Amino acid sequence: MTHPFLFLQWLEGQLNMHVGNHVTYTWFVMLLLIVVAFVAARAVKMVPAGWQNLMEVVVSGIENLIEDTMGPRGKAYFPLLATFALFILVSNLVGLIPGFYPPTANLNTNVALALTVFAMTHIVGVKEHGFKYLKHFMGPIAALAPLIFIIEIIGHLARPLSLSLRLFGNMYGHEIVLMIFMLLVPFLLPVPMMLMGVLVALIQTFVFTLLAMIYIAGALEEAH
Amino acid sequence: MEFFAWCMIAAGIGMGLGSFGTGIGQGLAIKSAVEGVARNPGASGKILTTMMIGLAMVESLAIYVFVVAMIILFANPFTEKVMELATR
Repeated sequence: MTHPFLFLQWLEGQLNMHVGNHVTYTWFVMLLLIVVAFVAARAVKMVPAGWQNLMEVVVSGIENLIEDTMGPRGKAYFPLLATFALFILVSNLVGLIPGFYPPTANLNTNVALALTVFAMTHIVGVKEHGFKYLKHFMGPIAALAPLIFIIEIIGHLARPLSLSLRLFGNMYGHEIVLMIFMLLVPFLLPVPMMLMGVLVALIQTFVFTLLAMIYIAGALEEAH
Repeated sequence: MEFFAWCMIAAGIGMGLGSFGTGIGQGLAIKSAVEGVARNPGASGKILTTMMIGLAMVESLAIYVFVVAMIILFANPFTEKVMELATR
């Protein structure tokens, strides 16, 4: 709605394809990330320069964050979490360029990401603890276990809901605000809102990645 | 057609009430974080991280209200039924 012209939509129309905007722009973000990763890792040097320099800063930043939140055992989940961070960041920021649509402003993309986190936490839990993983849901007192179990299940099911709706609401809300400002005053007034969009994109990436880390770390640790 | 007028009112008032409570909650969280940083500037990194998570948690309440408001305005499930009754 905020975008009067989307170039991938136009391309789709030329090719007579019928795929949603969010899917084509997800492909676009994937392509961008693959190309950047390829360019950065093509000639790895001891003293980094150019693309390698940039990617080293980003990757080591994410690595430090994982080390701080999950401890040394979190290193194994670095590829998954770094992919989340990079994908969400790039797809949030791509919406600020005219002619591009942020794939995260569509609920389907976010539900896919959140369900991946949800499945991953339980796979990690079962892999780490085996059958004892059920103890995570039982609470400290055996007599109260049936009651706690239901509450825990509801709590765990609320996680993907809140993860996906938070990201969707922020990105879509930002689009709607921009659209309304464009309708009211189409000159210079939307610029501060777009600046705030950069901030929102960074914070939401940070929050999504951090919550994914905390959920996986919660499945890793022993039941109390 | 009165139905759609009430939909607009419900979305507006709902969003207002939702952001009212969220604003107070986030303000309290930021107040405590700023106090903490003022007393112990060395812990600012950790406080910032914790505050961000807390703010995101509080903010999601307003986001839920926003999603509900958008559903009321743009994807109202009762629109067809109301239109059918109105034309009858």
